Amino acid sequence: MKAVGVLVAIALALALQTTLARFLVAGTVALDLVLVVVVYVALTSGPVTGMLAGSLAGIIQDALSSGVIGIGGLAKCIVGFLAGAIGQQFIVTAALPRLVMFLGATAAHAAIFMGLYVLLGLRSFPAPWAAILSQALGNAAVGMIAFAIIESLPGVVERRRIRRRM
Amino acid sequence: MALLDIRERTGYLFIAVIVGHIVLISAQVNTERGVPMLEVVTFGTFAEVQRGATRMIGGVRTSWDDYLALQSVRSDNEQLRNEVAQLQVALQQQRALAQQSQTLVDLLNLREATQLDTVAAGVIAGSASPDFRTLTIDKGSSDALRPDMAVIAPAGVVGRIITPSARAAKVQLLIDRNAAAGAIVERSRAQGVVEGTGGSLLLNYVSGTADVQKGDVVSTSGIDGIYPKGFVIGQIESVERAAGAFGAIVIRPAVDFSSIEAVLVVTTPPLSGVEGPAATGGGVTGKPALQANE
Repeated sequence: MKAVGVLVAIALALALQTTLARFLVAGTVALDLVLVVVVYVALTSGPVTGMLAGSLAGIIQDALSSGVIGIGGLAKCIVGFLAGAIGQQFIVTAALPRLVMFLGATAAHAAIFMGLYVLLGLRSFPAPWAAILSQALGNAAVGMIAFAIIESLPGVVERRRIRRRM
Repeated sequence: MALLDIRERTGYLFIAVIVGHIVLISAQVNTERGVPMLEVVTFGTFAEVQRGATRMIGGVRTSWDDYLALQSVRSDNEQLRNEVAQLQVALQQQRALAQQSQTLVDLLNLREATQLDTVAAGVIAGSASPDFRTLTIDKGSSDALRPDMAVIAPAGVVGRIITPSARAAKVQLLIDRNAAAGAIVERSRAQGVVEGTGGSLLLNYVSGTADVQKGDVVSTSGIDGIYPKGFVIGQIESVERAAGAFGAIVIRPAVDFSSIEAVLVVTTPPLSGVEGPAATGGGVTGKPALQANE
């Protein structure tokens, strides 16, 4: 059941990433919704699930893009694993730790992703810091909102049930 | 259950996934030479595996060849040693034959160089006693050998026949203590008598005014009635003078008496006037000498 939920989340994130994200932030894709989903899954389900989710989502994302298939998967795999491991070792239920997690995950993902491309001589990323920072902030914002929405869903449903009974 | 076990081994799973990604990336990325990185890495890795396998197989083979397969080496070694020994013996025989052939060639040359009638003979025995320097040849009276016939070799005078039998003859070497021969110094024509001492030769009865020097060649003078004139006896090794007279004049024999294999027996009577090769071909002259000892 959890796996199906993860797959649906990844599919939804990819769909949003490819369709809606281009309308955000003045037409620049400063968000990585797939990464947000991976971090979320890792924090809620652990390192193994985060790792597998990151691998699958990254590979699909690579396949849909024109890059080398596997680099994004590798980056998201590592990030998912680390996020899951940190989520197991530390309490990250508060807003600030989650914010830090999203920021850190985005930075780590960017470092691995860009580092591999540069290392392999496939692409160059001149002055990527601003883009990374903006993406980290965007991802963190989306992630925080996603956490808030998802965590509030059970309460909303329960309140609706109570209202209907009354 | 198995999946659960795998999920519990997070580290292994993480490494496996990472490796999978790396392989996936490598399959798409080319090196600077245009070869897919996966191929390069795979080939490089497999080459190391091959290298290791080759080394391992080589080690096994070396161990096998150097140790286990050496069980038959002992017998092979023994067999080879025997073969080597046999070959060495054969080689020695061939060398001996070659030397013998050379000796015979020298004798033939000597025979052709002299105007003497000679009979070739092989040495079949040495001295029976160290006090008497003799040897035995394989020709005897049946080959017309008689006592006091000179025995010569390509290097020089050997001795004379003292006891012929029907098929063998005993030869008294010139270095025997009882042997002597008329001699002449080729350079100064000084005469004397060469006498054996058992190992070397002494030139005696030389005039005190004669010119004798170290290094002079001494040959037979033919005066003794045994040795033909002109055959080399030896070379003067040292000269001693005392009160105007000569002391000991030591001659180093020209013939190596320890390695004689074949000789020529001169059957021509020495008083017939026929001379040896040195006298005829080398221009050496000499006076008759005396056979000092019988």
